[in-house]
Amino acid sequence: MALLEVNHLDVRFALRQGDIKALRDVCFSLDRGERLGIVGESGAGKSVAAFSLLNLIAKPGYIAGGSINFDGQELTSMSDRQLRRVRGHRISMIFQDPMMTLNPVLSIGEQMIECLKAHRRISTREARSISLRKLEQVQIPSPEKRLSQYPHELSGGMRQRIIIAIALLLDPDIIIADEPTTALDVTIQAEIMALLLELCEKHNVALILITHDLGVVSQVTQRMLVMYAGRVIEQGPTREIINDPQHPYTQGLMNALPQMATPGQRLNQIRGSMPSLNNLPSGCTFHPRCDFTTRPDGSERTSCHEEVPGFVRSGNCQVACHMVAEMQDANRIPVEEVTP
Amino acid sequence: MTTSTTPSSTTPSPSTPSRWERFRDSFLLYSFKRDLVAQLSLIIFILMVGAAVLAPWLAPTNPYDLASIDLLASELPPFWIEGADPLYVMGTDAQGRDLLSTILYGMRVSLVIGFGAVLLQATIGVCFGLLAGYLGGRIDAFLMRLADIQLSFSTLMVAIVVGALFKSIFGGATYSDYAMWLLVLIIGLAEWPQYARTVRASVLAERAKEYVDAARVMGLRRRRIMFRHILPNTLSPIFVISTVQVANAIISEAALSFLGLGMPETQPSLGSLIKSGFDYLQSGSWWITLIPGLVLVVLVLVINLLGDWLRDVLNPRLYKG
Amino acid sequence: MIAFLIKRLFHALLVMFVISLIAFAIQDNLGDPVQQMVGQSVPESERAALREELGLNDPFLVQYLRFAVNATQFDFGYSYVFHEPTTQVILRHLPATLELVFASTLLIILLSVPIGVYSAIKPRAWLSRFFMGVSIVGISIPVFLTAIVLIQLFAIGISWSPFPADTSWGGWLNGLISTEGGLPAYGRGNPEHVFGTWYTNFTSLKGLTYLILPAISLASIMLPLFIRLIRAEMLEVLQSEYVKFARAKGISMRRIYFVHALKNTMLPVITVGGVQIGTLVAYTILTETVFQWPGMGLMFLDAINRSDIPLIVTYLMIVGVIFVVTNTVVDLIYGLVNPTVKLTGKPA
Repeated sequence: MALLEVNHLDVRFALRQGDIKALRDVCFSLDRGERLGIVGESGAGKSVAAFSLLNLIAKPGYIAGGSINFDGQELTSMSDRQLRRVRGHRISMIFQDPMMTLNPVLSIGEQMIECLKAHRRISTREARSISLRKLEQVQIPSPEKRLSQYPHELSGGMRQRIIIAIALLLDPDIIIADEPTTALDVTIQAEIMALLLELCEKHNVALILITHDLGVVSQVTQRMLVMYAGRVIEQGPTREIINDPQHPYTQGLMNALPQMATPGQRLNQIRGSMPSLNNLPSGCTFHPRCDFTTRPDGSERTSCHEEVPGFVRSGNCQVACHMVAEMQDANRIPVEEVTP
Repeated sequence: MTTSTTPSSTTPSPSTPSRWERFRDSFLLYSFKRDLVAQLSLIIFILMVGAAVLAPWLAPTNPYDLASIDLLASELPPFWIEGADPLYVMGTDAQGRDLLSTILYGMRVSLVIGFGAVLLQATIGVCFGLLAGYLGGRIDAFLMRLADIQLSFSTLMVAIVVGALFKSIFGGATYSDYAMWLLVLIIGLAEWPQYARTVRASVLAERAKEYVDAARVMGLRRRRIMFRHILPNTLSPIFVISTVQVANAIISEAALSFLGLGMPETQPSLGSLIKSGFDYLQSGSWWITLIPGLVLVVLVLVINLLGDWLRDVLNPRLYKG
Repeated sequence: MIAFLIKRLFHALLVMFVISLIAFAIQDNLGDPVQQMVGQSVPESERAALREELGLNDPFLVQYLRFAVNATQFDFGYSYVFHEPTTQVILRHLPATLELVFASTLLIILLSVPIGVYSAIKPRAWLSRFFMGVSIVGISIPVFLTAIVLIQLFAIGISWSPFPADTSWGGWLNGLISTEGGLPAYGRGNPEHVFGTWYTNFTSLKGLTYLILPAISLASIMLPLFIRLIRAEMLEVLQSEYVKFARAKGISMRRIYFVHALKNTMLPVITVGGVQIGTLVAYTILTETVFQWPGMGLMFLDAINRSDIPLIVTYLMIVGVIFVVTNTVVDLIYGLVNPTVKLTGKPA
């Protein structure tokens, strides 16, 4: 059994005009020590997915359905108190902007020790020495001094290291990292990413990495999900998806990478932009931007205006696309409807 | 924002919706329709302003007319209390003036001073704020230090001191004659820093934006950039604090009048009415002071509620502290 | 720390310089000490001699310097009305005002922090909405009106009888909406002597009853402002990333509210609030007038009405000192509480 299993997760934001569906029917699983990437444009629901795992979505948002099974426990039905024992303890998080994540008026030491004390009955001395050890692990120079420093005295890269140290404090099973390097200088991004990867491998911690950087995903993760407008549209082993993307959207993402363009020519773009969640197109939400709604023979693929029924298997990957399904039908590859 | 980068495009092209259409579809109107408190406040406010404007026609008697005053009819209670005279619905004050008429006229005075003072302080404050924010340097430092000192003294204190000075300079009688305009001046002078700081903060924010650079690169004159380009973009915070400032000005006027530095009792504002009634509180004639007090509170309250609603809707980043 | 103090001190001196200029200009233009000293009957020649002797014909700068030098020794001349040094008069009235301000400040802090925090933590609760409603009404009531209403309710008392008084339920309901009155609302009674010119109301229950109504009405100006300020700041802080991160760490909500959020909330509240507490002194003029509280505010209004220019000038200077001191203390406290401010004068 997988360490984390998410099934048919629905997340909505209750607004006056009615609910907005931020996540629809999201399913994935994660094994112990596995590294999973979630990619997509901004607004695709990556962060919502990350925050909803620990039920940390901000107020009008709520989990409307589905299940999140972690190590045999159902997280969606847990009380706040029970959830709190999981947060930061078994599953910890790394946020996007290290400049905003640490409390400006509390010293680094306080912010580390309080985390240990929230989950374990230990003395301040013990908590201090654990904190020191973790700071050493994230390769922070003179950790002793850092404990009494305040966030504003440290650089962004240094702060992100401290946040990683906090995430590792209680030796969690999973770390969820929400674009952990986006807010940092380019030169430091690689350093931090390498550190995170190294620590996860060394301690056998599973990682959910949320990013829009396909390069990072391909270097760090073993499996990946591609999200679009609140749905998972393609998932499978990272290498396979990167090498041979099936879904037109994933293909678009790959083509949009600068290295895919011929020098001197315009970068390839996916035309149009992501629909807003309160005004989703009917059927496949990608069809207004999709280049494959007409068949090679010129006829229109009307099925694109209908809801995509589910995933079809393509190699080791799963894809939610009418075109892929149709082509597989045509090739008479026996298709089995898979419930992931 | 893009329209203001080129001077020629400030006039709306035929395809853009008219002002009225834009207003009709705006978020402002939409949220107003959903907010019962704002609607009620606006209705009450309009009614009160209407009553004040139409006071000469609505009021049963003219309180400024000495002939209408009947000393024998002084301190009569309002209609629901025994001993009331049906002629005087809200009772009479200590001089035998009809309280309802006096309140209507008083509201007029209070509103004129309130709006007049805000107009003045907005003019001073916006000019100083624009200057300080756009020119920066020594002018900025000087103006803002001045504003700081004045604010740390509290606007009420400044108003009292300026009022006291005017009274000593002009003497009591002259002061009373011109009290209304002097009060506008006093409150205007005392409260400009609020505007100056708000405007300066938004100017600093706007100045950093590219369209101002663009205007400067195009070689537009400073004054034109300030008034035609930057000022329109600072309007929404100005609008929001204006509501609060009108409420404040009315309260300040009432406070000054209560201290005897405001409107004379012959031409009472709501504040001086409250003051004149205060001496009769102990003798049981509470209505002379509490009824005008209630009117004052309702007036200020609806303005504040409207201001709160505006602030929520327009949500400008107001300058803090 | 020392650099910070020196910088603050310099700022304070600058402010005092401006205030002293204004005060001197008032004295120079409005006060005529000669007339006050000798009266109308003395011939003009004698007055001119006296004027020369007093240095009133000296250049503006010389006169101002004399004024400033005397001011540093707390010598502002004699009050026209009391015929004694103005500083003496002020010292006699100062304790009453300070006690009133102190009592109000205590009320404001004790009430606004819990109410503000509560209505930020539970913004949708009925109690929070009630507090917010009351506070906007509170902002809209001028302080003297609050005072008058308090006097009517708790000093004079009101008896309503809209319900039939001969039935027990009617009597009970009537009693519920009527008030006894009886609280003192005039002056400060017989305060106990502490030392010098300081008499206090804080040593006896009887003395405290005199403080109740004035302190409540003075507090009523700032209380709604503070509640709204604390609530707004706290709401903003609760939206912040670091609060979200603290939740993701599994910290208890109690600790998040009272350690993570409250500390960040109080930083801006200290700066804004501290200055506001200083301005309470201005509002004592109104409160003291209504309650005939024998403090500086009442004295000041009296001085205005009697054109006692030296006393007015002294009051302005003293109030200036009070404002400057509170502002400096507030900045110091802010610097001590906020780790991002280094008390070296350099921004961190």
